Amino acid sequence: MMLELHRCFRCGWCKYPSGFEDYNCPSYARFRFESYSPGGRLWLMRGWLNGELDWSDRLSQIIFSCVACKNCVENCRMDFREEILDWIISARSKAVERGLVPPKVRDFLENLMKYGNPWGLPKSKQASWLGEMERFSGQDFLVYLGCECRYEERGTEMAWNVIEILKKAGISFGVLDDESCDGNEVLMLGERGLFEELASKNLQKFRELGVKRIVTISPHAYNAMKKYAGIKFEIMHFTQLLLDLIRKGKLSLSKLDSTVTYHDPCFLGRHNRIYEDPRKILRAVSGLKLVEMRMNRENAFCCGGGSGNFVFDFLSGSDSPARLRIREALDTNAEILAVACPICKAMLEDATKTEGLEGKIEVRDIAEIVLSSAK
Amino acid sequence: MKEEIYKALIEIVGEEFVSNKKEELYIYSRDSGLSDPSFPDFVVMPKTVEEVQKIVQLANREKIPVVPAGASLTLSGLTIPHKRGIVLDMRRMDRILELNRRGRYVVIEAGVTQGKLQSFLEKNCPDLCHSLPEAPPSATVVGNILIHGQGNLTQSYGFNSSMVTGLEVVLPTGQICRIGSCSLSPYWFSIEPLPYLAGLFLGWFGTTGIVTKLGLKLFPKKKLRDVELFVLEDPNLLVEAIYRITHTEMAEDVTTIAQPYPLMYRGTIMIGIYITGDTEEELEFKRRIIWESLSELIKAKEGGFMALMPEMKKGLLEKPMSGLTRTADILKGGGFVYCGAIIPVEKFPDALRKLVEIAEKNDTTYAHSGRVIGRGHCMMFAFAFPFNRNDSESIKKAKKALRESYAATLEIGGVPWKPGVEEQDMILEKMDRGTVELMGRIRGLLDPNGIMNPGNWEVRL
Repeated sequence: MMLELHRCFRCGWCKYPSGFEDYNCPSYARFRFESYSPGGRLWLMRGWLNGELDWSDRLSQIIFSCVACKNCVENCRMDFREEILDWIISARSKAVERGLVPPKVRDFLENLMKYGNPWGLPKSKQASWLGEMERFSGQDFLVYLGCECRYEERGTEMAWNVIEILKKAGISFGVLDDESCDGNEVLMLGERGLFEELASKNLQKFRELGVKRIVTISPHAYNAMKKYAGIKFEIMHFTQLLLDLIRKGKLSLSKLDSTVTYHDPCFLGRHNRIYEDPRKILRAVSGLKLVEMRMNRENAFCCGGGSGNFVFDFLSGSDSPARLRIREALDTNAEILAVACPICKAMLEDATKTEGLEGKIEVRDIAEIVLSSAK
Repeated sequence: MKEEIYKALIEIVGEEFVSNKKEELYIYSRDSGLSDPSFPDFVVMPKTVEEVQKIVQLANREKIPVVPAGASLTLSGLTIPHKRGIVLDMRRMDRILELNRRGRYVVIEAGVTQGKLQSFLEKNCPDLCHSLPEAPPSATVVGNILIHGQGNLTQSYGFNSSMVTGLEVVLPTGQICRIGSCSLSPYWFSIEPLPYLAGLFLGWFGTTGIVTKLGLKLFPKKKLRDVELFVLEDPNLLVEAIYRITHTEMAEDVTTIAQPYPLMYRGTIMIGIYITGDTEEELEFKRRIIWESLSELIKAKEGGFMALMPEMKKGLLEKPMSGLTRTADILKGGGFVYCGAIIPVEKFPDALRKLVEIAEKNDTTYAHSGRVIGRGHCMMFAFAFPFNRNDSESIKKAKKALRESYAATLEIGGVPWKPGVEEQDMILEKMDRGTVELMGRIRGLLDPNGIMNPGNWEVRL
């Protein structure tokens, strides 16, 4: 697969959004050395495979600091553009095979294998309300939560908001007692074997329980499940379901006088081309004024959390992608930054605090916005 | 010693922005062209002019080479550190400091990219634009100017380097100086009427100082833009056609294209004529005048306008044209190099003949693109050769063809644009001895320790 690495000219179109406003590659924007750009990374990978470069901590960090946001794929002008991310993942796979991954990535993968979540947390640390949730037993929908929504505070809030909306709308749904990780980050990190194992476990469970329709909270889970081999069930991101409920009149929304800007998650946007459904939900809230950030839709700047970086945070620092993004959101004069992904929510909320912007802009998930305006 | 230098650099710009790691040294040791790599000792990314000054003072004191770099897209190795030392990646200095709309100029830092300035102007003053080269958006504006680049306004206003309204430069000894009106006024409106000190830095490839800020002329940007392709077969008639087109003063940009593939294009030469206007009437008027200027050639069946399919027109009107970047992958090999020959327009037939001969002799394919400079005062004629980065034979052929193109350029009376170090030697060899001596004396005066981008414009007196 990487035999064509030499075709990258390192012209640099891949660093930009389509209008060239600013650098749009998270790792390049953060580090600014050419080595952290998509082209630089590909050239280094080629140097490694050619034997010109030895594996090192730095090379490892460069290869694993790509957050798989796909901006490079979107903006590269060459015929091989669709393969760029696959090449990076292939290089990671080689590192995984040879036991060369950075320690934080190793821990991430080991924790997933041992504990079912990347933080290595025991099940007792899952959201407390999970115990009260109805288990899936043939309802219309299975709500798939994923690690972020079971263990991470902002994710659990988001999942709770979605669940409350589904209850209000009278939707029949259940959750799993024992979910396996969706495997999205594992796939992006190049651990294909583990991804297939997780996919197989999930598929087996879905089949046993007769699942027909799945709603995911996280776009990452949505993306992973779309890649499961032989899926025979319908899969939706929660924003798609919410929009459907609004259209069918099952959810009526009251007024919310606020200026809101929306951050496109990479795994919903560039990876799956869902740009308008979340915006349609926000526009359905009367009084809500939706404004766009400079970089939006296929040009959205990533929060920096993808590919496991929400755990190991290789891109932290004063110009971390999340901090750059929250500054961009602030430039719109919006009071609320709406998100549709638990990882984006956590990354951007943390960035709001680090930037000292609490009280100036608030990160809220779309479900929370809908819930607060639902009659 | 290296460890001490490393610490000193960290002291200046902070640990995050200095690297002596193999990975950065590898990437900054090469560009996308065919020059041999040469590793630096450090890569440093300054944010302010004061940081640049401190780095240069350190380098001058310790006699360490310093190579300023933008996006390193010259393809001729001008930012390769031939004698090791420090590569200064200037792209953290990326602020657009001032837009003077009424005075039609902008003041930028050295790391501002073409893409960033283009986007900024489109958003903040859509009736103004700068001369945009056909480089990727990641190329820096200052880098393009320092190598005497060209852009879409070059036919109308000359080389992009003639559009400079002011400079801030860190000299090789560390002094900061300003050139032009900004040296005595808060306004960066003009280089003239003072002694033309800008000439000490433009075209010198960073061997005389580091430009940290630049004032740049902006020009009226019309609301509409269109392109026509005039096709002919006889290169001698192209010279006449360009004379007639430029005489009308109706075209914003005039370019040339000749390539053997697709086969339908073989044996033809195309002139891209770009027109702009604020109304359809203005465009139509210009179109008509240009058509009339070429009517004799059309009547004599020596040439004609090509009907452009929408996709082709879209590609030609794209700013910048990504199609030119895609030339790099014609052979699915991720590489192309070119000798940009600055030649009198009348030498076009000779240059084209040479290009075809060189390609045939070296069993390689070619592509030519060119651009008229001024109202036909000269033109840039690119002898371009794609190559496969993964095929040593293909690389060898392209290298040889490139070398022969530089020789051909000099032979027909042209001047190679942004030549690499070996080609600079070819130029210096042919240059008037008095001129060479003057260049040497200027460098010696400005850079007594020879620290600035050594290897380039090396005059051996």
